[in-house]
Amino acid sequence: MTTVISPPESPAGSPAPRASRGFTFPTRFLPVIATIALFIAMFGVGSFRYEGFSSPQTLLSVLVDNSHLIVLAVGMTFVILTGGIDLSVGSVVALSTMIAAETLRAGWAAPLVIVTVLLTGSVLGLLMGLVIHYFEIQPFIVTLAGMFLARGLCYVISLESIPIKNETFTSFASGTIEIGDYFITPSVIVALVVLVIAAVVLHMTRFGRTVYAVGGSEQSALLMGLAVARTKVGVYVISGFCSALAGLLFSIYTLSGYNLGAVGMELDAIAAVVIGGTLLTGGSGLVLGSAVGVLVLGLIQSFISFDGTLSSWWTKITIGVLLLVFVLIQRLFTRRTT
Amino acid sequence: MRDLGLRFVRHNLFWPTLALVLLLLLNLTKTPDFFSLRLQDGHLYGSLIDILRNSAPTLLIALGMTLVIATRGIDLSVGAVAAISGAVACTYMAGSPDESTAGRAVIGMTMAVAVAVLLGVWNGFLVSVLGIQPIIATLVLMTAGRGLAMLITDGQITTVNNSLFAKVSTGFVLGLPIAILIALAVFAITAVLTRRTALGMLIEAVGINPEASRLAGVRARTITWTVYVFVAFCAGIAGLMIASNTSAADANAAGLFIELDAILAVVIGGTSLAGGRFSLTGTLIGAMFIQTLATTIPTMGIPAETNYLFKAVVVIVVCLLQSPKARAVLSVRRSSPLLTKGSAA
Repeated sequence: MTTVISPPESPAGSPAPRASRGFTFPTRFLPVIATIALFIAMFGVGSFRYEGFSSPQTLLSVLVDNSHLIVLAVGMTFVILTGGIDLSVGSVVALSTMIAAETLRAGWAAPLVIVTVLLTGSVLGLLMGLVIHYFEIQPFIVTLAGMFLARGLCYVISLESIPIKNETFTSFASGTIEIGDYFITPSVIVALVVLVIAAVVLHMTRFGRTVYAVGGSEQSALLMGLAVARTKVGVYVISGFCSALAGLLFSIYTLSGYNLGAVGMELDAIAAVVIGGTLLTGGSGLVLGSAVGVLVLGLIQSFISFDGTLSSWWTKITIGVLLLVFVLIQRLFTRRTT
Repeated sequence: MRDLGLRFVRHNLFWPTLALVLLLLLNLTKTPDFFSLRLQDGHLYGSLIDILRNSAPTLLIALGMTLVIATRGIDLSVGAVAAISGAVACTYMAGSPDESTAGRAVIGMTMAVAVAVLLGVWNGFLVSVLGIQPIIATLVLMTAGRGLAMLITDGQITTVNNSLFAKVSTGFVLGLPIAILIALAVFAITAVLTRRTALGMLIEAVGINPEASRLAGVRARTITWTVYVFVAFCAGIAGLMIASNTSAADANAAGLFIELDAILAVVIGGTSLAGGRFSLTGTLIGAMFIQTLATTIPTMGIPAETNYLFKAVVVIVVCLLQSPKARAVLSVRRSSPLLTKGSAA
């Protein structure tokens, strides 16, 4: 047994012990508030520097361009909350676009295509989850295999990119939803619905609470009699499903299946989750934070396109720097509490 | 005799070596002259030499990665470091008035490796001093690194015209490619340093339990820091090889996914990702295996891009073979049901 039962900390002097119920609220939301503050600050600086940046459409465009990434980050949040990691998501996105494009070209009906894609992603996630849990192999290496597998399958489907001409998909792609003078796309609605469902699942169901418990301490969760196996496998199924859904949104966004697409998207998703305040050791974080993290990444891109003189590579450098800052803050935060 | 056979089969390197040999023999069935070597202008030519030459960058990085993984760490940034190294060398040479002289090549390459070492110091600092998880600490540089490489090359593919620089990847010494000689030299030095001194044992001690080894008087922090510097050094040289191969620095494509290949080589070689023990010879075989696989697939008439699919299968098989759980399941299946019942009771 490695778990040590420490005596309760002396209440005198120690500020707000973590276990006490009344005080958990602020600490839990603190990282997300920090991310939201960063977002608002970036938006403020952008509005100050560039003409037209302050328009609400800038924000909505960020949502439109990154709806697939939000879905991806939501799935990734589940995995990271249990202390795992999923490197396969980018490749699964590419695989989903390929399956969608190829089956549509073969004349399948759109609903059937959507079900097939979602099922493929979920099954891939299920397989990875089963291997991770039952053979006790590190998530890193299993999902690395999943990444290779999905990318390889892309090339099995086709060596070239395939355009999507299906009417359901194209109408979904060109469809807009007007909000006053501004607009969003149906993809944004899908992403927001996924976000809300994920938040409800995480905070209002037994499964969600078990996700946090497993991330906090798998050993303790097991001793408490929680369904650790089901939860650990479940988060990879969710991540696989979200990747497939993100793949569908991405295929609608680009209207093609491209086997070299979405390379490195898993890094964007992980970065968004970290910037959103989720601890990589698991057990702490909110899906809302991950969504705001995606918006921060999107806003960096808006900055660069608005500026015009900045080169595209500044996106990567900025994401790296933000990642570093948030990891350092996390480090300070966890050091203080432990 | 049976014991000897069993010991042979149980040896850590038996399965990786067998896999490599089988893969090479598979090539022989398609191309009968696969093993033939020609001596031409004092250079050796042949498929085997090509495999050796092309495996050099992966092998170099995998050697460094072996030590990092032995300390229970991981370095995702090596591909980006390789790209930066190539970018530094090429940009320096292309920017100087006499770009084709040997002196410029030496200065450029020294600068590139120095930059790579600095990046390793940075990674090591994050991991050993600040105590950030290795996967995240190196993710920072993995994300930002390619941006930095593009910043150095100004987003262009920088080409250079320098015969000495080109030799790093395409040159021959004593009939063998220089690239593999460099990689093998690093292999030999690393092997001597880790296996003929206590360094290897100390690295393993840190991998098993950093805190306990620190209390036992091992300088855990220094050792952890050093391995990240070493892997970055290897990545820097590998980056020079990659850039030298085409005499150009491509910030986007140079060393893309090489971190995954290197990790794969380490895992195939029998080094556990849980840290605590490592095999440099295993890594050597692993790197050869990956390169041979990449050569075999087009030879068999399968599109080269499906390489990924086979790598996935290899990763899964290797991991299952290493997993104690999977081994337990397999051995239960193999033994008779009566025996299992007896042992369970």
